[in-house]
Amino acid sequence: MTDSFQREHRSLWQGVLGFNVLTAIVLGIVGFFVGAWIGGKIAVGHDYLIGTDQNDVGMFMGYLFGTLGWLAGLGFLNYPLSRMAGRPPSLRHHEFGGVGRYFRLCTDHKVVGIQYFFGVGIFFFIGGLNAMLMRTELLRPTEHPFSAGQYLSLVGLHGTMMIMMTSAFIVGPFANFLLPLMIGARRLAFPRIEALTFWLTPLAGLVLMSAIARNGFPTGWTGYAPLADEARAGMDAYIFAFILIGTSLTLLGLNLLTTVLTMRAPGLTWSRLPIFVWGVASTAILMALAAPVLVAAMLMGLMDRAANTGYYIASIGGSPYLYENLFWFFGHPEVYILALPGFGIVLEILPVFARKPLWAYRLAVAGMLGVALLSFMVWQHHLFVSGMNASLRPFYMLTTELISIPTGFIFLNAMGTLWRGRIRFTVPMLFALAFFFNFLIGGLSGIFLSDVPSDVTTHGSYFVMAHFHYTIMGGLVFAFFAATYYWLPKMLGFTLHEGLAKIHFWLMFVFFNLTFFPLFAAGFVGMPRRVSTYAPGLQPLNDFVSASAYVLGFSMLIFLANLVYSLVFARVPAPDNPWESKSIEWQLPTPVPVLDFDRIPVFNTTPYEYGVEDAPPVASLEPSPVPVGS
Amino acid sequence: MSEVRGQRIPRHGVRILVVWAVLSAIAIPLVLLVLGPHLPPGRMSNEASAQTDANARLTALLTPILLLILVFLAYAVVSFRQEGSAIQDGPPMRGHNGVELTWLLVTATIVVALAVWGSYTLVRSSPGAGGGQGPSAAFTPSGSSQAVPIQVIGQQWAWSYRYPTYGGFETRDLRLPVNTLVAFHVTSLDVTHSFWAYRLGVKADAVPGVDNIAFVKARDVGSFTIRCAELCGLWHGHMFGTGHVVPAADFRSWASQQQTTQQPFSKYLGPYSRTYFPLPLHRAG
Repeated sequence: MTDSFQREHRSLWQGVLGFNVLTAIVLGIVGFFVGAWIGGKIAVGHDYLIGTDQNDVGMFMGYLFGTLGWLAGLGFLNYPLSRMAGRPPSLRHHEFGGVGRYFRLCTDHKVVGIQYFFGVGIFFFIGGLNAMLMRTELLRPTEHPFSAGQYLSLVGLHGTMMIMMTSAFIVGPFANFLLPLMIGARRLAFPRIEALTFWLTPLAGLVLMSAIARNGFPTGWTGYAPLADEARAGMDAYIFAFILIGTSLTLLGLNLLTTVLTMRAPGLTWSRLPIFVWGVASTAILMALAAPVLVAAMLMGLMDRAANTGYYIASIGGSPYLYENLFWFFGHPEVYILALPGFGIVLEILPVFARKPLWAYRLAVAGMLGVALLSFMVWQHHLFVSGMNASLRPFYMLTTELISIPTGFIFLNAMGTLWRGRIRFTVPMLFALAFFFNFLIGGLSGIFLSDVPSDVTTHGSYFVMAHFHYTIMGGLVFAFFAATYYWLPKMLGFTLHEGLAKIHFWLMFVFFNLTFFPLFAAGFVGMPRRVSTYAPGLQPLNDFVSASAYVLGFSMLIFLANLVYSLVFARVPAPDNPWESKSIEWQLPTPVPVLDFDRIPVFNTTPYEYGVEDAPPVASLEPSPVPVGS
Repeated sequence: MSEVRGQRIPRHGVRILVVWAVLSAIAIPLVLLVLGPHLPPGRMSNEASAQTDANARLTALLTPILLLILVFLAYAVVSFRQEGSAIQDGPPMRGHNGVELTWLLVTATIVVALAVWGSYTLVRSSPGAGGGQGPSAAFTPSGSSQAVPIQVIGQQWAWSYRYPTYGGFETRDLRLPVNTLVAFHVTSLDVTHSFWAYRLGVKADAVPGVDNIAFVKARDVGSFTIRCAELCGLWHGHMFGTGHVVPAADFRSWASQQQTTQQPFSKYLGPYSRTYFPLPLHRAG
């Protein structure tokens, strides 16, 4: 198969000087200072504050102009400007081969997927490092290595890194890379927007980390007003980073949804769609509908801080409840933005390694869409003791518990698929099975939180913390690693070391449970979340958890070592289809050619025809005779 | 279908169900009788008792569900393995209407039963269940109009209490009478806190500008820990204290005495109010 797409190659200095991430950083910093200066001029009535970090107008203008500089530096303005200048449209305008394309605007969905993998991965590791430091703080009940303020900064950064920055932890790398392959398209519907959604993500991470230089923010990832109104300039970074992420999620959701709706190859009916694509599509619905609400909530918070409005300030007619409602209207779908692609991943992987078709396909689809729909009707369960209209509580208790039904479908799919299967315990399969173990505990513990009388005990305690770590870390992160070990050989072209991967799995699985299961007990005996000082009697339990957490953190280093070893040193080329999967992406050569398919494939059947005699291949990759494309 | 030729197919389903039934029969009594009495928050008040019952019944009900899936997963991992190194395909089963429908009906029944049970506790058997219900409580225990009001004021980073029926004196010392319905009026002077009287079974957010009411009727005399359950800034973790449930006569004499001794200071306090509007935060530009 030849590369029908010609790539331009340039010398090193041309590569460094062009539109790339270095230029973006330089222009972003220049933009920040220009914006901060303009902001200082606007807030002229408060010029006593110019030069301090208390000028929120300066901060926000700085971040806004910094964003423009970042995007201009990456070359996002080139295309619109050249179109305005009357030049003809071209999709892959100035695209280069080699490693350089990972550091610049690239509209190849496979490049964007790998950019997401490493980009979001960096923030995942920063968030994990924060967690290690937090567990160090909690080794002793009262004497601490970090101050209370530093500890709160760690809490805030850990939460935002892990929930805000990794919102696209699965969708970013795997949907961008695999979705066009799985549906037989060569790209997403809007490739330039696809590149934009990625490049907003590291920018949001940099903005968020700039909060460290301004003493962080004290609100945790939830950013409740009025604590956020009172906080110092680190809060501006939180607000602006969330605006950037919200924008990125909205665009990504719309892009993926449009792609699934309009760009499926011939023969790919709704009932033949790989289940991962259904998972991504239901996630995309959530992204497109929930993330704009977040952006609106953040813009109001921005106005409260910078323009003395009072949306969230009770004493001048606003209400903290407005923020809580808007935030959780986004916040609860957000946890399903994290979880649903995980469902898709594990259900995609189980049939391959049980060598059976996905059992009860339509229930899986119904389960995912049902979770997506219901997740918009449950947000007040975060506010059961807030003092909002209490007569609504039975309703939110019911809707929250109803989510167990579609989630239960996913478990039934898994059980039916394993039933009388021929299970191979490969690393992806181990992670997928562990997903169900963890998510079972996470989901059942959620029932306590959905029950109002029980929630009065557990709300705001470590029980909640253990619950959502079981669902997000035990669910999302385990699914992420299942997907990584399953698809990374296809994506990068190299085989990962299996022995290291198994050590990683067992350490991570055992010590994940040893870390978080005891925290249910900590919550039950009355330890609130986000505290650095706790009852002395809880020290043995906390020390045990910290020790387990260190081993859990160490297991991540094994993964990192495996990645470096396999990609840099061993470089064992991956076979085209190491798992003997019947799904279409494994029928393509490794690495996947630039244009994915020579011709748009024609789908014949589902990707799960295991054990079916005379089953046709999932798709004809060389359909004759009409060449498609151009 | 690729059956095992010449052999009866092992009755996997029966085995799984038997193991599950035996384990559940052992585990459910253990949960109810051994773990149940230790579940939080205890029985210091009617509301705490309702929460303990809720926690116990949920644990008991969720135990067989947990066991069913775990037993299935364990059985699958042991029995449904690939034999040898050659890749074989399993039987191509795509679903079973009866199983799917049964699963749907069973889960739906459990879920609706849980919601009904929880709502019954919240609305009828323990109205409000000790949670904050906002300014106009929807679920009121009987005799709520005669409840002793105690105002809880959260501020960074301390709790204080005002007793409006005793002249509105303010103290850092929380005392409430036993066997008497008490209405906590929780509010805040600055940011959102959450008043958590752990053993008493009360949790109510302290929100500026909101009078968040939580009812509680203590059963036992004793003390309980108070913490803040909503992140409120730098010293959130240090915002704790101890409250006391005392005999009703002791409470009345203590409160009257406080009212007298605090008189010289109380007149400098702002008048008692359901909420307090602090001055807006003045921020730059």
